[in-house]
Amino acid sequence: MTETFYDVLRRQGITRRSFLKFCSLTATSLGLGSAAAPRIAHALETKPRTPVLWLHGLECTCCSESFIRSAHPLTKDVVLSMLSLDYDDTLMAAAGHQAEAIIEEVKKKYKGQYIVAVEGNPPLNEDGMFCIQGGRPFIDKLKETCADAKAIISWGSCASYGCVQAAKPNPTRATPVHKVISGKPIINVPGCPPIAEVMTGVVTYMLTFDRVPELDRQGRPKMFYGQRIHDKCYRRGHFDAGQFAEAWDDEGARKGYCLYKMGCKGPTTYNACSSMRWNGGVSWPVQSGHGCIGCSEDGFWDKGSFYDRVTDIKQFGVESNADKVGGTVAAVTGAAIAAHAAVTALARARSKNETNGE
Amino acid sequence: MLSQQDMLEAERHGRQVRSIYVYEAPVRLWHWINAAAMVVLAVTGYFIGLPPPSVPGEAVDNFLLGYIRFAHFAAGYVFAIGLLARVYWACVGNHHARQIFMLPVTNRAWWSEVLFELRWYLFLEKHPKKYVGHNPMAQLMMFFFFTLLAFGMVITGFALYSEGAGQGSWSDTLFGWVLPLLGGSMQTHSWHRLGMWIMMSFVLVHVYAAIREDIMSRQSLISTMVSGWRMFKD
Repeated sequence: MTETFYDVLRRQGITRRSFLKFCSLTATSLGLGSAAAPRIAHALETKPRTPVLWLHGLECTCCSESFIRSAHPLTKDVVLSMLSLDYDDTLMAAAGHQAEAIIEEVKKKYKGQYIVAVEGNPPLNEDGMFCIQGGRPFIDKLKETCADAKAIISWGSCASYGCVQAAKPNPTRATPVHKVISGKPIINVPGCPPIAEVMTGVVTYMLTFDRVPELDRQGRPKMFYGQRIHDKCYRRGHFDAGQFAEAWDDEGARKGYCLYKMGCKGPTTYNACSSMRWNGGVSWPVQSGHGCIGCSEDGFWDKGSFYDRVTDIKQFGVESNADKVGGTVAAVTGAAIAAHAAVTALARARSKNETNGE
Repeated sequence: MLSQQDMLEAERHGRQVRSIYVYEAPVRLWHWINAAAMVVLAVTGYFIGLPPPSVPGEAVDNFLLGYIRFAHFAAGYVFAIGLLARVYWACVGNHHARQIFMLPVTNRAWWSEVLFELRWYLFLEKHPKKYVGHNPMAQLMMFFFFTLLAFGMVITGFALYSEGAGQGSWSDTLFGWVLPLLGGSMQTHSWHRLGMWIMMSFVLVHVYAAIREDIMSRQSLISTMVSGWRMFKD
C-alpha cells in the first residue's frame, strides 16, 4: 500500500500533536472554521499519494539529470514526500522482472489514478525495434502503461516534439508521445532539458490541486511557457535601444548587449529561462553570454543555424534563407524589368522610324 | 464577364467621350495609403530581421529598435485596416473595385484576353488593347501577388504580433494558431520575410507595368489612380 501524507509526515519525525495543530491552523487560515480541521486530518491520513510511473524511451536522461537538481522544491521532497515514484528504471533499486512487475501492480491497483511521466519518445520504424525494454519494443510498454493513466506528462523536447532523434531524416521515426497516445490529458514540458523547477513545479501543481495545469495550444503549461525568453530577458533593454553584440569578443559582447545578431532564439522561444534561470537561479544561457538556441521549440534542430536570425528555410529542398531566396527573386525581377524596358524602347524606336519613313 | 463589359464600355466610350470615371475616391485613397504603409513595412521589417549597427551610449537614452518596431506595427495596423476597408468597398463600390478580389476563371474570353496580354508583353502583338479597369493579365497578377499575399502577410504578421501581445490578446485568439501550423515562431518569421520580398518584387513589376502601359497603350494609368478618370489618347 502506498503511504499517505500522514505516514510520510510521521516518518519524518513529526508528532501527531503537531500534525493536528497543522490541520487546525490550515483550516483557520483557509477560513474554513474549526469543523474543517478533522476533515483535513482525515484526508491527509487516508488519501494515498499519487503514484507516478516514470518511463524512459529514446532519450539521453538529461531530463532526469535536470529533475534531480531541483531546488524549490527539493527533489528529495518531491520524490519521497509529495508523490509516490513507484517506477523509474533509472532511479529505482529494483531491477529485471521485479521492476517490471511494479507497473502491472500499479496499473491494477490504481486504475485511472496514476500519472505516467514519459522521458524520451518511442521510435516506430522496424516495429519499434530501435528501443527495446524488457525484451519488447518501448512503444508497446508505453501504450500499455498509459492505457489506465489519469494523465501523462511528456518530459522534455523528446517526448513533446521528438528532439534530436527526430531531426531530419529521423531514421528511427522517433515520434512524440502525443502522436501515439490519445484520449488522455497530455502535458508537454519541452526543453532540452526542461528547467528543474519547471518539472517539479508541474508535478507539485498536479498533486496539490489534483488537476492538469492550464495548457496552451501546444499542450504546454501556460504558467511556464506562456511567454518568450525575449519577453523577460534582462538584456531586452539593449534590444529595444538597438545595441547588439556583433561578434563574440567585441565591445558589445563585453558590455552585455543583446545577442540577437549572434542568432539568439530568445524572441522565438517559449520558456521560463529568463525569469526562473537555471541551477537554483545561478545563471542561464544569455547571462553566460551565449544566445538561446531555442531548445524548447518544436524541431529546433532543423530550424537552421543557432547563430543567425534570418535563418534557413528548408522547405525549398535546398537550404536557403528568406533574404537569399527573396533577394534573388527581387533581383531577377528587377533585371527582367530592365531588359523588358530596353526591348520596349528599341521596338518603339524602330516603329517610330518606320512611321517617319512612310 | 467583367472584361467583356470593359471592352464594350471602352469601345463605346473610347470614341465618344475619351475618358471614363474608373476608380472611386475610396479606392484611390486606399491605394496611396496602402503604398505608403507598404514602404514603411518593408523598410522597418527588413531592419527588424537584420538590425542596423549598434547605437552608442547608454541603453536608457536610446530606443532605436523600439521605434522601428513601433513603426512596423503601426503601419501593419494601417495596412490591415485598409485591406478590410478595401474589402468593404469591393462590396459596395463600382464593379472595378471588385476586380482584384475575384477572377472570372470560368470565362473563356477572359482567359484568351490573358493570353493576348501575355503576347503583348512578350512583344508578339503589335497593338495593345485598351481596358477601363485592370487588363486581365494585371488582374491575375494583382489577385495572386497582391490580394492573396496581402492577406497572408496580415495573418502571419498578426500571428507574430500576438507573441508580444501575449496569450489571450485578440491577435492571439484570432491568429495564434498560425505559429504551430507553420512550424513555430522562427519559421513564421522566415515566411513573413519571404512574403515581403515577393511583395516588393510585385511592386517593381506593378510600377514598371503602370509606367510602360501609360506610355505604350495610349491610355492614362498613373494619373487615373490620382484623378479616377481613365483618359484615352486616341
